[in-house]
Amino acid sequence: MVPTSYYVLLSAILFTIGVLGVLLRRNAIVVFMSVELMLNAANLALVAFARERLGVEAQVIVFFVITVAAAEVAVGLALLVSIFRTKRTADVDEVSTLKG
Amino acid sequence: MELILFLVTAVVAITGAVAMLLARNAVHSALFLLLNFGAIAVMYLLLQAPFLFAIQLTVYAGAIMVLFLFVVMLLGAEKVEDAPDRIAWQQPLALLLGLALLVVSVVVGLGGATTPPPAGEAVAQFSDPQSLGALLFTDYLLPFEITGFILLIAVVGVVVLNQRGRKI
Repeated sequence: MVPTSYYVLLSAILFTIGVLGVLLRRNAIVVFMSVELMLNAANLALVAFARERLGVEAQVIVFFVITVAAAEVAVGLALLVSIFRTKRTADVDEVSTLKG
Repeated sequence: MELILFLVTAVVAITGAVAMLLARNAVHSALFLLLNFGAIAVMYLLLQAPFLFAIQLTVYAGAIMVLFLFVVMLLGAEKVEDAPDRIAWQQPLALLLGLALLVVSVVVGLGGATTPPPAGEAVAQFSDPQSLGALLFTDYLLPFEITGFILLIAVVGVVVLNQRGRKI
């Protein structure tokens, strides 16, 4: 059996890569992908803890996280498309005003 | 045996994530992220969560990544980062803070209890999809209903945001 701490370690590494993606990249779509990576890292830690405690509740929470992430991606990408339509760019540096 | 499988999958997951971060083309980023999601799905299988394995593959690898690829190709926004960064000190600062976050999270993650993971018959049985479904429709019924509502709002929101010929 693989110890739970190994999974937590992997989760921490993936989460950090996600944070770096949000901070370093300026393509809004890649920033979005990095957010998804962070959500996945958190899910992995939750599932690892679920096995440690032999509880199914954490897996239910992961199920909810995945559902909300799907809704978030749909709305976020719709926002991106509508920003792209008015500004003709997906660079987050260019999108610095609230006015459409 | 399980440890070898874990290590190989972990290497694949980290490689996919780093390659997503470094790829210049957004389509390549999306495909590397798909690799990472697949590796995490295998992790769920190793952690005795077969239902989440299926959900991860269908919802994340199937639906969400297809949506990403579709939007990247629809917008033609594969490469937008040709101009230099507007804030010059942002990248080194981000690397520094990311490293600090990694150190802190690893220390906290490894500093917890170090009991050996449970083994045997109980582990193989605690999380079959049946018990997950029973929990979802009894104790977590209200959150489950709210999730459905959130999905409905997302659908309505996407339709409203992408209406043509009408300013919101």
